Amino acid sequence: MTEMADRFEPQILGFLCNWCSYAGADLAGTSRTQYSPNIRIIRVMCSGRVDPTFVLLALKNGADGVLIAGCHPPSDCHYLTGNLKARRRYHLLLKLLDQLGIERQRVRLEWISASEGEKFARVVNEFTEQIRALGPNPLKAS
Amino acid sequence: MRAVSQPKLKLAIGLGATCSGCDMAIVDLAEKLTDVFKAVDVVFWPTASDQKLEELERLPDGSVDVCFYHGSIANEENKEIAELLRKKAKTMIAFGACACHGGIPGLANLTTTKELFATVYKETPSTENPDFKQPSIDTTVSGYSLHLPEKFDTVQCLHSCVNVDYFLPGCPPEVPLVEKAIEAITTGKLPEKGATLAPNRILCDECPRERQEKKISKIFRIHQTIPDQEKCFLDQGIICSGPSTRMGCGAKCIAANMPCRGCMGPTSKALDQGAKMIASLGSILGLEGEESMSEDQVKQLVDQIKDPLGTFYMFTLPSSILKRRNMTQK
Repeated sequence: MTEMADRFEPQILGFLCNWCSYAGADLAGTSRTQYSPNIRIIRVMCSGRVDPTFVLLALKNGADGVLIAGCHPPSDCHYLTGNLKARRRYHLLLKLLDQLGIERQRVRLEWISASEGEKFARVVNEFTEQIRALGPNPLKAS
Repeated sequence: MRAVSQPKLKLAIGLGATCSGCDMAIVDLAEKLTDVFKAVDVVFWPTASDQKLEELERLPDGSVDVCFYHGSIANEENKEIAELLRKKAKTMIAFGACACHGGIPGLANLTTTKELFATVYKETPSTENPDFKQPSIDTTVSGYSLHLPEKFDTVQCLHSCVNVDYFLPGCPPEVPLVEKAIEAITTGKLPEKGATLAPNRILCDECPRERQEKKISKIFRIHQTIPDQEKCFLDQGIICSGPSTRMGCGAKCIAANMPCRGCMGPTSKALDQGAKMIASLGSILGLEGEESMSEDQVKQLVDQIKDPLGTFYMFTLPSSILKRRNMTQK
């Protein structure tokens, strides 16, 4: 038990789109798939709604990692191109994070459909371990 | 006519880390300055007259009606002047991009004072400084001790340091905005405290250029192409900060065929100018057949933007969400 207590538990914020990824997370839940409890989920209508401001604010406020998940390209997006917009923003945001001295591995974009409960669980587990290896968000101390 | 008994308003103009272009913005009022001086007594303006800080110190607290502060807070002295002005003035106005958002000096937040000095006093090719002489805070020269204000690692905008009543952005603020602000001051018609004395909409709203449905697949830096005078810069693949920048400047750079660099800062609806610019570029970058592109191909498209931070936060890094580069990473 003491070993567990010493382990760094990352706090991960997840922005999941209403139509695919949130339903995927729901499927993981209803299927009773076990996954890391480190993620806190915010449902958004579309991954294209995730303004880079949200990600920067999450990091500023101490989130160790931010997951953005949406519908699979090319054509799963309920709003046709929201996921493509999210993808462009994501790659641009990663470049910005490099310049701001924040590890780009802290932000992750994934495509998870409503039928991919297993994938959701796998992504959350992988991401949690990745962030655990990376250590706490350096902005947390300041 | 103005009643003789009515006292003139007392105005102080102080400065921090500034290029003094903001002083020029005031001087640019030209013949209207005489009208200003009819209504206002300038009690402190070191750029225009040989005044020392002691003169400001001697004024009773709260005795100055309005003060302008231009420049960012980059060192001890900037902070001291900002705090002193705040104490003396009833109303404080952050004047110009540096005071409002940190401005160009705010890009120093990508590094530290130590690294900055190493670059400036040692590493630049034209510098010959084998002993690496650099400014030190306290020095003794022939028995006299000299003190230089300490440069801060993190440059701040004015409102991160003292309470600011109004903001007048721009690099420098455009004359019509300065005129309006002075008119509001002299007629006592300033808006609610905390307001920015410029319209709260984005530059695209006053941009005269012709816009189309955007699909940019190739991005040009301004020196790589000759822009069409009529068409939207973004339509031509030239990064223009219009979508993330407050209007009020009269789109002067646009008229000179230069894209907006964002000196007016964001509107009150946006927390972070750079993040907003990424959001809007995300909406308009795109290629035919992007749907079937691999992640790498999308990355290549985005990689055409060489310096997102320097481009999108040219004037606002110290007032952005993260404010500076995190220096704990290698």
